[in-house]
Amino acid sequence: MSEHIHNSDRITGSVGEARHHDSALKHVTGQARYVDDIAVPNGTLHLAVGGCDTTAGDIIAVNLDAVRNAPGVVAVLTADDIAGTNDVSPLHLGDDPILADKQVRFHGEAVFAVLAQSYRAARAAARLGHIETTQATPVVTVDEAMAVGAELSERQEMTRGDWHAALAAAPQRAEGTLRIGGQDHFYLEGQISLALPMEDGDVHIHCSTQHPTEVQIAVARVLGRAANAVTVEVRRMGGAFGGKETQAAQWAALAALGAVQTGRPVKCRLDRDDDMILTGKRHDFRADWQVGFDNDGRILGVDVNFAGRCGCSRDLSDAVNDRAMFHFDNAYFFETVHISSARLRTNTVSNTAFRGFGGPQGTLAGERVIEAVARACGRDPLSVRKLNFYSEDDNRDLTPFHMKVEDFCLHELVGELETSSHYWARREAITAHNAANPVVIRGLALTPVKYGISFTTTALNQAGALIHVYKDGSVHLNHGGTEMGQGLLIKVAQIVAEELQIDIERIQITSTHTGKVPNTSPTAASAGSDLNGMAARNAAKTIKRRLIAFAQDTYGVSEDAVTFVPGRVRIGEHTLTFDELVMQAHLARVQLSATGFYRTPKIHYDRKAGSGRPFYYFAYGAAVAEVAIDTLTGENRVLAVDILHDVGRSLNPAIDLGQIEGGFVQGMGWLTTEELWWDETGRLKTHAPSTYKIPTSRDRPEHFNVQIWAAGYNREGTIHHSKAVGEPPLVLATCVHQAISDGLASLVDYQQVPPLDAPATPEAILNAIDDLRGAA
Amino acid sequence: MNTSRHQVRFLLGRKIIETELDDPTTTLLEYLREQAELKGTKEGCAEGDCGACTVLIGELKDGRLQHTSANACILLLGMVDEKQIITVEHAALPEPHPVQRAMVATDGSQCGFCTPGFVMSMIGLQAAHADNDHDSPPTREAIDQALAGNLCRCTGYGPIIDAARHACALPLSPDWQAMRREAQATLSAWAKEVRPLASHGKSGRFEAPRTSAALLKALQQHPDATLVAGATDVGLWITKQGRPLSTLVHVSAIDELKTIESNDAGLHIGAAVSLADAAGALGALSLDIERVLLRFGGAQVRNRGTLGGSIANGSPIGDMAPILIALDARLHLSGPEGSRTIPLEAFFIAYGQQDLRPGEFLASISIPTSDLSGFRCWKISKRFDQDISAVLGAFQLMLDGEQVQSARICFGGMAGTPQRAAACERALTGQCFDRATLALAQTALTSDFSPLSDLRASRHYRLRVASNLLERYWLDCIAGETQPDLYSSSMPGLLQHV
Repeated sequence: MSEHIHNSDRITGSVGEARHHDSALKHVTGQARYVDDIAVPNGTLHLAVGGCDTTAGDIIAVNLDAVRNAPGVVAVLTADDIAGTNDVSPLHLGDDPILADKQVRFHGEAVFAVLAQSYRAARAAARLGHIETTQATPVVTVDEAMAVGAELSERQEMTRGDWHAALAAAPQRAEGTLRIGGQDHFYLEGQISLALPMEDGDVHIHCSTQHPTEVQIAVARVLGRAANAVTVEVRRMGGAFGGKETQAAQWAALAALGAVQTGRPVKCRLDRDDDMILTGKRHDFRADWQVGFDNDGRILGVDVNFAGRCGCSRDLSDAVNDRAMFHFDNAYFFETVHISSARLRTNTVSNTAFRGFGGPQGTLAGERVIEAVARACGRDPLSVRKLNFYSEDDNRDLTPFHMKVEDFCLHELVGELETSSHYWARREAITAHNAANPVVIRGLALTPVKYGISFTTTALNQAGALIHVYKDGSVHLNHGGTEMGQGLLIKVAQIVAEELQIDIERIQITSTHTGKVPNTSPTAASAGSDLNGMAARNAAKTIKRRLIAFAQDTYGVSEDAVTFVPGRVRIGEHTLTFDELVMQAHLARVQLSATGFYRTPKIHYDRKAGSGRPFYYFAYGAAVAEVAIDTLTGENRVLAVDILHDVGRSLNPAIDLGQIEGGFVQGMGWLTTEELWWDETGRLKTHAPSTYKIPTSRDRPEHFNVQIWAAGYNREGTIHHSKAVGEPPLVLATCVHQAISDGLASLVDYQQVPPLDAPATPEAILNAIDDLRGAA
Repeated sequence: MNTSRHQVRFLLGRKIIETELDDPTTTLLEYLREQAELKGTKEGCAEGDCGACTVLIGELKDGRLQHTSANACILLLGMVDEKQIITVEHAALPEPHPVQRAMVATDGSQCGFCTPGFVMSMIGLQAAHADNDHDSPPTREAIDQALAGNLCRCTGYGPIIDAARHACALPLSPDWQAMRREAQATLSAWAKEVRPLASHGKSGRFEAPRTSAALLKALQQHPDATLVAGATDVGLWITKQGRPLSTLVHVSAIDELKTIESNDAGLHIGAAVSLADAAGALGALSLDIERVLLRFGGAQVRNRGTLGGSIANGSPIGDMAPILIALDARLHLSGPEGSRTIPLEAFFIAYGQQDLRPGEFLASISIPTSDLSGFRCWKISKRFDQDISAVLGAFQLMLDGEQVQSARICFGGMAGTPQRAAACERALTGQCFDRATLALAQTALTSDFSPLSDLRASRHYRLRVASNLLERYWLDCIAGETQPDLYSSSMPGLLQHV
C-alpha cells in the first residue's frame, strides 16, 4: 500500500465497533498459520516423549537401547542431558521436571524424549523404552488424599465475624458435601513448540503459549543460560483456555534442549492422547459446607472447607485454590463466614489454570448453599438469591476477604433478566408440568455471577506494548498479550486506531515476541485487554504527544489547537493527513516509536490475613437455564438459555458476544457431559474426544438469548470503561447444574436438595434420583 | 484381464495427481500436510472424533459425482484412488466460498483451528442440500447431523449454526458447478478404464480389487493382509496404536459388496455399504433404528465406515450389532471353501474373537423384516451425538395384545460382546405383559448380565438403565404412556407456551 486516503468522518475499527476477528478470513480459508503450519527447514527433527506403565514409584533402571536403535531415531534425551535446571515450575519450586529421573509421580509422566526424522518414527520409538520402577500405592482421588493427609502446601483461611456463634444461634441450619469434577481444556490445537537453533547456542522458539515470558525463562533455566539467549514468538494459538499458561513450557524446553544438542530444528507436537495424559486440567474439588439462616432464608453464618486436587506438583494450584475461596461468596453477603482450603497432592498430572481458575468451582459450591437454604425455607431459590445479594444500603457489602463491593449491579441486572426471561411464568408452568409428567421432568434456574477482575498475585497486573509508526504512516503494533481466539489483538488494535484516529487497516497486528516486549504477564485472568489495551494506548499516547509537540513548534499553535480527527490532524488553520504529519515529523527527526506500560491501580492483598482489595473491580452477569431430564436414564438436555451479561462499555460487541456464548457452553460441558475418569490404578482413561465428551452443536439449545447489558459501565478507569469478559461467562453455566438439580428436587416436592455432584452425567443424575427416592 | 496400476491417482482440487504409495498406511492428512503442503487441514485428534481434518471426497455414485465429508486423519491415501479431494484451500478458489464468507459474517471462528473442518462439513451440507433442490435453509436437525462430527471449543456453536443456515440455503456457485463438471468427466473416464490399484511400495502393499473373486485371491496370496473398508477403525490402529500393517486390501472398490436389496425374505446389505448409504434402508425399518444410526459417529464416520466393518471387526462398542441380533440377522461369509450363512448372534464368540475363518470375508448381512411392530431400541450415552453407548438395548417382541408371543432382547455395553438377555426373554415369553411381569422380567434381566465399570458407566448404572429401558418399553408399547423424546426438535423450552 503506497498511499492511504481517508475519506470519511469515521475511522474504521473504532472502539465499540462490532468488528470481525482480524484473522477471520484466514481462519475460514485455511490461511491462518499455526505453529505446526510453519514451513520448517530441512533436517528438522520431531520429538516424542516416553514413560512407563507406573502411576507412582521410584525409578530403578532405565534402558533405552531399543529406542536408540529404532528406525529414524537421531538422539534420545534423558534428565542427564539437561545442562541447567530440570524444572519448569512457574514459581521455580523445583517440582516440575521436564524429564523425570528419580520418581514417577503420575501415570504417563515423561522420562525420556526421542528425536527422530519423522513424527511417526519418534512416536513409534517412544513406545520402546524399558523403565523399571518400584510400585508405590498411588493416591488418586480427593478422598484418598484427604485420608492420608497428602497436602501440597499450606492451608489457607478467610474469616469474617463470629461464624461459630452465628451458626449455633441460627434458627435453621443445613450442611452437605458437593463433589466437583475437573475439566480438560480440549483446545483443538494441542501443545506444540518449534525450536530453531541460533548462533552461540541461543534458541528461537515458535510456541503455542499464553505466557511467552514464562516459556522463555523456563527454557533458559533448563539450558542453563540467561533469558536473553532465548526468544519466544507466538502468532496465535488454536485455543488455550488456561491450558497453555504454564503447560507449554515443558514441551518448549524439550524442543529447545533437543535443538541445542543436535544443532537441528526440533518440533515437539503432542498427539491428542499425550496432550490429555501429560498436561494439567481444571482442579476437582470437594466442598464440605454448613450454613445457618433465618426462616426467610437470610444467611447468618456459613462455613466451607474446600479440598482441591492439585496433582503431583504445585504449579499454579495455590492461586487456583485461592480463587475458589474468593468466589465462594459469588453475589451474596455472608454476615459471618469461614472459608478454609486444603491443597491436595495426588498421583495425577499436575492440575493448572483453566478459564475461571478455581472461581467456577467456588461459585458452584456457594450456589449449592443457596439452593439448600431455599429448599429448607420452602422458597424459590431465586428469591433467596435476591434476599442475600450484596447491598450498599445497609452495609451488606463486605466480602469474606474484607473488600468492599462498590460496583454491585445485580439488583438491576437480575431484575431485567427475570422479566425478559419470564422467569416466574415459566416457574409456574414447570411446576405444573412436573406434577403431570413424572418421567421426563423439567428444571429451571437463574444464577448470577460476580467475578473479581485482576490477577490475585498483584505483581502480574502489569503490561507492556511497543508501537512503531513508520514514515509512510502505517503502524506496527506489538504488546505482551497473546491471541488464543479471544479477539485480544483486534481489540487492542481498535484501541490504538481510536487513539491515533486512523483506520484500523493501517495497523499491522504482529506476533507476540519476547524480543519486542519483555517481562510480560500471561494472557490470563481475563485481563488481556484491560492490561495490554491500556499499555498500547499509553504507547500511542506517547507518540501522539510527540506529534502534537512537533505540530505546536512547527505551526506555532497552542497544544489544544492540535486535534486528531478521523484520518487527519487539525493544527490551528491547517489540516494534514496523519501520513503527512508523520512524514514531516520524521524529517524533523521526531522519534516515532514508543513503548507503553500499565499497571493496575488500587489493588493490594495480604494473603496471610485474608484481607485486602485483590480485585480492581467485578464483572457481573446472570443466566437462566431450562432443562429436561429423563428419570429412567438420567439423560438430560438444556432446552433454553437466557443470558444478560455486563461487559462495561464493550470494546467490541461481536467479540464480547462470542466470549459470552462460548464461555457459557464450555461451562455447560464442564457441568454435564465432560467427565474425567481414572481407573483404580490411576490411569486416566478419558484422554481423547472418543472418550471425553465436550458439547457438540446439538447441545446448544435453539432458544439461546444472549444480551450484553445495555447499562454496563465500568466505574473504574479501565480502558474505555470496559470490563473483562474472558472468564466470567463460563461461570454463568452454574445455572445449568442448578436447573438440573431443580428438576430433580421436584421429585420430592422441592423439599430437599438433590445430592447431585458435578458433572451431572446421566449416571450422576440417576444416582441422585435413587438417593432422593430412597430418602423420601 | 485389465492391467493393474501401482500408482494412486486422484484429483486434488482440480489437479490430477499420480503418486507412488511408498507406505500403504500413509493417511490422507499426512499426504496433504507433509507432501502437498496444504496446511489448512488440521489434526485435532487423529482418531476421527473432532473433525478438524474434514475434507470432501468426491466419488461417483451410480455414475454421478457426489461429495461427502471425511476425516482425513484416518483415511488412507490409497482409499482416495480415483476420487476427488477438496480441502479448505480449494474451496477458497477462485474466491472464498459462500460458506467461508458466511462464517466470517457471523463471527463463526474464534481460535480458527476447528474452522476449516466446519467449513468443509458445511460445504458438504450445502452440496447435498442443493442437490435435493431445496431453496429454504436446512433444518436445525439437518445442521446438527452434518456438524455432529466437528468439535468447536470456542464459539458455543451459535454463529456456526447461523452460518450454516445462511450459506446452505444458497444455490451452488457457478465456480463450484464448473469444478464439479470437470471432476465428473475425469472420474468417469477413469472408471471406464477399470484398472484396479495394486501398489507395492517400499513399506508394503495396498490393493483394491474390483470383484469378490479378486478379493478372495488377494486374501489367499496375502494371508496376513488387513482388510480395510472405511478405515474408521483400522485408521486408529495406525494413528493411535502404531500397528505395523504391511498389506492392506481395500474392499470398497468392489461393487458386488455395495448393493442393497429388499425382498420378501428381508433386507440384504452388502458388507462394504457405508453406514450413510445403509441409513435409508435400515432407518426405514424403524424410527428408533434411524435414530441410532444418526448417532453412529459423526457424518464423516458414517460416510466412510461400513455396516460390514463394524460387525466383522467385532468391535464391542458397535451400536448396530445388538439391534441386528434382536432382529435375528444373518451373515453371509465367503471363503476359499465357499460361502456359508450364520446367525449374527453366533458370529461373536468372545471379546475380540469372531467366527471368521482364514481367507474368509464378510460379504453381506440379511435382516428379516417381516414384523417390526413390536420392535424398539434405545441408545444411552453421556453425550447425544457421536458418543459410544454406555448401554444399547434392542427389544424385538411379538405381541398379541398384551400377550408376549416371543421375545428377542439384546444389549450392547453389558458384556464383552453384544449379548441376548436370555432370562429376561424367558420371563416375558408366553406371559401377559403387565406390571407384575415387568417386575419379574426386570429382575431376570439383572441376572442376565454382569457388566463392567469403565469410563462410560459403572456396572450399577448399566444394570439400572438396562432394567429401566425395559420399563420404558412397557410404558411406551404396553401401557400407552408414550414419553416425549428428549432430543426431538419438538422439545422446546416452556417459554413458548407461557
